[in-house]
Amino acid sequence: MTRKNQSSFLYETPGPRGRRNIRIGTAISVVALGGMLGLGLWRFGSHGQLDADKWLPFADWAIWQYLLVGLGGTLTAAAVVAALGSVFGVVLALGRLSKVRVIRWLATGYIEVARTIPVLLLIYMMLFGLPQLGINFPTLWKLVIPLTIANAAVFAEIVRAGILSLPNGQSEAALSLGLRPHQTMRLVVLPQAIRNVLPSLVSQLVSLIKDTSLGFIVAFTELLYRGQVLSTFNHLLIQTFLVVTLIYLVFNGSLTALASRLQKPGRRRSPIPLSLTALAGPIDTFQKEPRA
Amino acid sequence: MNFLSENLGLLLQALGTTVMMAVVAGIGSLILGVLVTVARVSPIPILRWAAFCYTQFFINVPLLALLILAVFALPDAGLILPLAPTAILVLTVYEAAYVAEAVRSGVNTVGVGQVEAGRALGLSLGQSFRFIVIPQALRAVVQPLGNVMIALAMNTALAAAVGVVELTSRANKVNLVYAQPIEIFTTTGLVYMAIALIIGLGAGWIEKRVAIVR
Repeated sequence: MTRKNQSSFLYETPGPRGRRNIRIGTAISVVALGGMLGLGLWRFGSHGQLDADKWLPFADWAIWQYLLVGLGGTLTAAAVVAALGSVFGVVLALGRLSKVRVIRWLATGYIEVARTIPVLLLIYMMLFGLPQLGINFPTLWKLVIPLTIANAAVFAEIVRAGILSLPNGQSEAALSLGLRPHQTMRLVVLPQAIRNVLPSLVSQLVSLIKDTSLGFIVAFTELLYRGQVLSTFNHLLIQTFLVVTLIYLVFNGSLTALASRLQKPGRRRSPIPLSLTALAGPIDTFQKEPRA
Repeated sequence: MNFLSENLGLLLQALGTTVMMAVVAGIGSLILGVLVTVARVSPIPILRWAAFCYTQFFINVPLLALLILAVFALPDAGLILPLAPTAILVLTVYEAAYVAEAVRSGVNTVGVGQVEAGRALGLSLGQSFRFIVIPQALRAVVQPLGNVMIALAMNTALAAAVGVVELTSRANKVNLVYAQPIEIFTTTGLVYMAIALIIGLGAGWIEKRVAIVR
């Protein structure tokens, strides 16, 4: 049951009538989609939003430089959250799978709570709440701490799914080779689990980069905030925010494309990590030699 | 806890706004998401392409950027609606992309035999989508759709950033007066957790009732 074209099983290869219907459907869709696009452009044009002088400023490299510094801030924040979040995520995932009941409850409780509180609420707490108690963090951390609290829980669930998806035989084999439980987890289970959920981790990274746009609220220099500052200077609100949206789209779109490439069945390697196949190398050649 | 009793009316009103936004955007995004999925798996190439572009756009662009674009920028092109409806509209089209992704993964779980049986009975493509593919696809993804709805409920908080006075925004305003951040934000967090819990339990209940035993 291989499905090359994901939806091809929903209909058979069209005959003459089917092809005619598809042509009619295509014509209607082109008219409808083109009509919507045309209506939008007409609306923009009639309010002078398509005038050349409203878009020409964006031919200036200085403006792009200004926005790209913002993208740099976005990526810095995302990198810090990804680093902290993945470490806490692995710890929480292991905690939720722990044999000790108290640890399991604590990890589960944290994950369930952190996943159901809006990040904006945590940011308002950082921004307006904690300073009232005399606790004040630098701007970057006002953004990074709430995002880490939320993302650690999501990373934990992804890692846990990876660990649970691994066949039991892997850890049983490792234990029977005399590895300690923590060695089994570190050397055998985790590396394979994380490889298996790599596409989900990349998708979560995209969602994380989107979340850093909340830096807009804490006035941290990231892409959306820079767009806001820029638009108060040039008064080109539509143009500026469309360009910012486009930058997000191109950057995150490439990451999403990477995630779906990782997911392609063709790229699924054997469940054995490369480091272990390297270890098994000499045995292979030993077996092959007599046959040659 | 005197902030609670003194502002109960305002806080309940704000909670009402949050719930209203979540419910309206939730229903809207479910309907729109299913339509996008149908376009995504339809035999018409340009519809498939348009649906692909739609989901990719909303999955890769931050909600806050879209909210700011819709609330502050689009009025320059004469596109203006009251604040809350704008926020609900943006939430709807944004979450519809996630609904579409979830439902599409459900479509892939529908058995080939089901569709073939439908064809053998003489169902047209539209009928087979309506009676066979979409109902089974939806049943398979109740839990993932529940997670999308929880994310939607959390995302209504972002409307506070563009000026909608909903729960997060009201809690923040109350805190600026009372300066009891721990109590106020914890209470608000508990309310959001309760909303998520209700959606989660609801999804579990629905799943139990509609799940297909294979």
